[in-house]
Amino acid sequence: MSTAKVDRRVDHSHHFSSMDQEHEAGKQGVWLFMATEIMMFGGLFVGYFIYRFKYHDMYVAGGDSLNWKLGALNTLVLLISSFTMAQAVTETMKGNNKKALKLVYVTTACALAFLVVKYFEYTGKIAHGLFPGFDMWKPDMAYIGSHLREGYDIATIEASNLRLFYVLYFAMTGLHGIHILIGVGLMIWLMKRLKNDEFSPKYYTAVEGVGLYWHIVDIIWIFLFPLMYLI
Amino acid sequence: MSHHIVQMKTNLVTLSILVFLTIVTVLTAKFVDLGDYNLHLAMFIACIKATVVLGWFMHLKYDGMMNRVIAVCGVAFLFLFVGFSYIDLFYR
Repeated sequence: MSTAKVDRRVDHSHHFSSMDQEHEAGKQGVWLFMATEIMMFGGLFVGYFIYRFKYHDMYVAGGDSLNWKLGALNTLVLLISSFTMAQAVTETMKGNNKKALKLVYVTTACALAFLVVKYFEYTGKIAHGLFPGFDMWKPDMAYIGSHLREGYDIATIEASNLRLFYVLYFAMTGLHGIHILIGVGLMIWLMKRLKNDEFSPKYYTAVEGVGLYWHIVDIIWIFLFPLMYLI
Repeated sequence: MSHHIVQMKTNLVTLSILVFLTIVTVLTAKFVDLGDYNLHLAMFIACIKATVVLGWFMHLKYDGMMNRVIAVCGVAFLFLFVGFSYIDLFYR
């Protein structure tokens, strides 16, 4: 076990010809992973759109029953966390590991705030019998009706169709939430390495990779927020 | 490969654009009734926001061609998936 405080990478691995090449290869790997992420969430989004065109009114009722103010708050929290993450990459590239560490703290705090808001949203919906699984689906249609916008009639909204909206809602925001949780894990890993002063302007691949992952999670929410909460 | 360092000012401008577009999304979707076009407008703004994140926060603007191709391919195949689903949905 190394007792040295600074354990920086100063040379490339033997199977690469330079630090630059190693960095580019690592980053390209993360980008390929991002492409698979687009395809994974893409399937869910296509499912969302197909059923949206089939059961339009049910989607409107489902979307209106969600609290868009909490959704907007979470959007802002994630955007700010994306900024602090991008700034952490900037500071690491300049060699300021201490500043980057603080920015990663803020990013993690934002991620946890997002999850706390999501917890309150989920428990609120579960309390109204809107969780579509484990025999918990007992929809409070009066609650749905009280949030429905003008021009729509709650009598035409079928509970069985509404269930489909909530399946997609919990599946898509749930999978996104798992990504946030994994992101928090990656942030803790970065904190440990930043505290150890391991990064330098020549070696910062891990920070940039986690940054790319964090931004793609933000992009997914950019699409989820209007689709689920607003329209 | 050059290592372009994005300055804090650029990151702040990017954040401001994203917050502004979020506000536009909420206002148009909640308070302007465009019928079915609300969906299209919200998706259009979301696409702009995603492009801003990809270009500046994810450094694609300063990155090599290979990573851009990977990103564009990912999105292109998604559009193929959505496109054929739409054709099936509306013309079968």
